[in-house]
Amino acid sequence: MAELKRRVRRILGSILVYAVLTVPLIPIFLMYTWLFVQAFSDRVIFGIIPQGLTLRNWAFLNNPIVFGGITHTSIWVILRNTLIFTFGVTGLITVVSSLSGYALSRVQFKGRTEFMQFILALHAFPAVILLIAVFYILNKMGLYGKGLLAFLGIIIVKAGMEIPMSAWILKGFFDVIPWDLEWAALIDGCTRLGTWRRVILPMIMPGIAAISIFSFIAGWGEFILVYTYMATEEYFTLSVFIHRMIGEIMYVRWGTIAALGVFYLLPIIFFFIFTQKALLRIYIGGIKR
Amino acid sequence: MVSVTLENISKYFGKVRAVENLNLKIEDGEFIALLGPSGCGKTTTLLMIAGIYKPSKGNIYFGDKIVNDLPPRDRNVGMVFQSYALYPHMKVFDNIAFPLKLRKEPKDFIKKKVQEVAELLKIEDLLDRKPSQLSGGQQQRVALGRALAKEPNVFLMDEPLANLDAKLRVIMRVELKRLQKRLGITTVYVTHDQVEAMTMADRIAVLSNGRLQQVGRSEELYNKPRNLFVAGFIGSPPMNFVDCIFVEEGDEAYLEAEAFRLRLTDSIKKILKENARSSELILGVRPEDIIISERKAEGSFEAEIYAMEPLGRDVIVNLRMNDTILKMMTSSLFKGAVGEKIWVRISLDKIHIFDKKTEFAIL
Ligand SMILES: Nc1ncnc2c1ncn2[C@@H]1O[C@H](COP(=O)(O)OP(=O)(O)OP(=O)(O)O)[C@@H](O)[C@H]1O
Ligand SMILES: [Mg+2]
Repeated sequence: MAELKRRVRRILGSILVYAVLTVPLIPIFLMYTWLFVQAFSDRVIFGIIPQGLTLRNWAFLNNPIVFGGITHTSIWVILRNTLIFTFGVTGLITVVSSLSGYALSRVQFKGRTEFMQFILALHAFPAVILLIAVFYILNKMGLYGKGLLAFLGIIIVKAGMEIPMSAWILKGFFDVIPWDLEWAALIDGCTRLGTWRRVILPMIMPGIAAISIFSFIAGWGEFILVYTYMATEEYFTLSVFIHRMIGEIMYVRWGTIAALGVFYLLPIIFFFIFTQKALLRIYIGGIKR
Repeated sequence: MVSVTLENISKYFGKVRAVENLNLKIEDGEFIALLGPSGCGKTTTLLMIAGIYKPSKGNIYFGDKIVNDLPPRDRNVGMVFQSYALYPHMKVFDNIAFPLKLRKEPKDFIKKKVQEVAELLKIEDLLDRKPSQLSGGQQQRVALGRALAKEPNVFLMDEPLANLDAKLRVIMRVELKRLQKRLGITTVYVTHDQVEAMTMADRIAVLSNGRLQQVGRSEELYNKPRNLFVAGFIGSPPMNFVDCIFVEEGDEAYLEAEAFRLRLTDSIKKILKENARSSELILGVRPEDIIISERKAEGSFEAEIYAMEPLGRDVIVNLRMNDTILKMMTSSLFKGAVGEKIWVRISLDKIHIFDKKTEFAIL
């Protein structure tokens, strides 16, 4: 009898847990389902049931989107921009933060601790409040809205915002490497930089991988900086481009928007599938020797 | 090869005086051991020779060249760390080849050299493994191989045997010593194990609190310790120390301790009268210099057996006289029971006498 009671309680318990898990997931799940269904159909009823399957929504792949007499930039140019932006941001963040993380971990300089606390404090402020100051700087430098230069400027700004925290995270990885290894490399004939490159970096590869994956995601998803500082459409990234499409269209063409959304999502889904293993290893294993 | 000279070397870390005014000359091809308790500055000294730390004061010479400002990579030293410090992401082969690759040696040469070193150290079968797949002893040999492959001028070893089990340690002791003699590389060997230092090194430098206490061959340190620290540190079981006072009665001179009174020979009396600056002294007697007398005789004391520590061939007998306990080393043929009273005497020609204040040896 007591046994049965315990079992019932356990089952009820797990039902509760799953319910708590599922309920908040339902809207998210519904929204993504709508997106995918809408991208491939004329109309959608009840949010998720397709009506009239079609590929018409994907016409933007072949021809630039035309609205109200304006021919918009080709999606492939936008994709190229997004890739350049993302890889640029990722590369900058990874290189700079693996160097500065090393310095934070290994080089004794005055005010190091204060500096690290400052980084944390900075990270607590929302980046949006920097928009005005950065705008002022870009404008003074003549970089605002001016095509390629502005585009590169935004890459640097984005990387600059992410680097402090990445450097902080990588510092933790550098910290666990014993001095002995570094000294051994110096004695074996490396310079300080050579030691960093040949001995230290290979050992913190999981950390580097984590930083580049997160940077990639941050770069791909970036909206506010490009939206604020980029005026010319040829240099838009996907996120801003989609936003413009939503804004432009008085009579919203949901199919095209949804297809654009899926187009924007696909790379990141593939990216997740490929990097998932590396990500999991980082969280479970920390640094793997 | 090269000789290494440390001239008035000091190393401070902020307020910590890790090494203080160290003078030491290591001859070309010599095997010298740095011996001392934990935290006495052994590793710091080694790292200064390697060029990792710059001395706060003083000069380091390789041959007759000052190397204070020479970076580690230009010193051609090989170092074995206590932790071995093998590169975890490289296979054993690449670990050993690493210094050679950095020197841009031709591939064939590297391969040949690694093979040669691997054979010497009997690790040929391990070349394809990662360090994490090796036992402690194997890792130690790989670390040794990495230091040897570059054919260093100076060989530095920081407690390389500390992580090995007792049996392997005894084997590696002999192997290392033979290897060093065969290659003739000037070697500085750091250890806190006096047996290791005494059995392996040509000379031993004893350090304490960052200061050099004494340098010499093992029998010198054993028979003629310069001060109380060396006397107590070298030898196992350690020397017995007894506080005593020098007294003269007529023609005779005595060392008077709490538990016994030792009549001194004329020659000892003369040395003490000339050199002792105070009558408060410390008598040092090695456990093997306490001898059992058959019966009460001139100069013998009665003592109670307090405890027995059999070691197989020998036995350590703890003797109690009043509040003083002395360790005596004797053959295990000796049969005694705890609580039994026996007569012992001290070999006067083997005793050591130290000034209680300065702790320097007088005799
Ligand atoms: N980087 C450092 N910063 C501050 N103090 C240090 C540093 N390295 C060593 N010390 C101090 O200097 C002294 C000597 O250290 P060292 O490592 O040379 O000792 P050791 O003789 O090798 O000891 P062990 O046998 O435990 O390895 C110690 O008191 C230690 O705390
Ligand atoms: Mg040490």
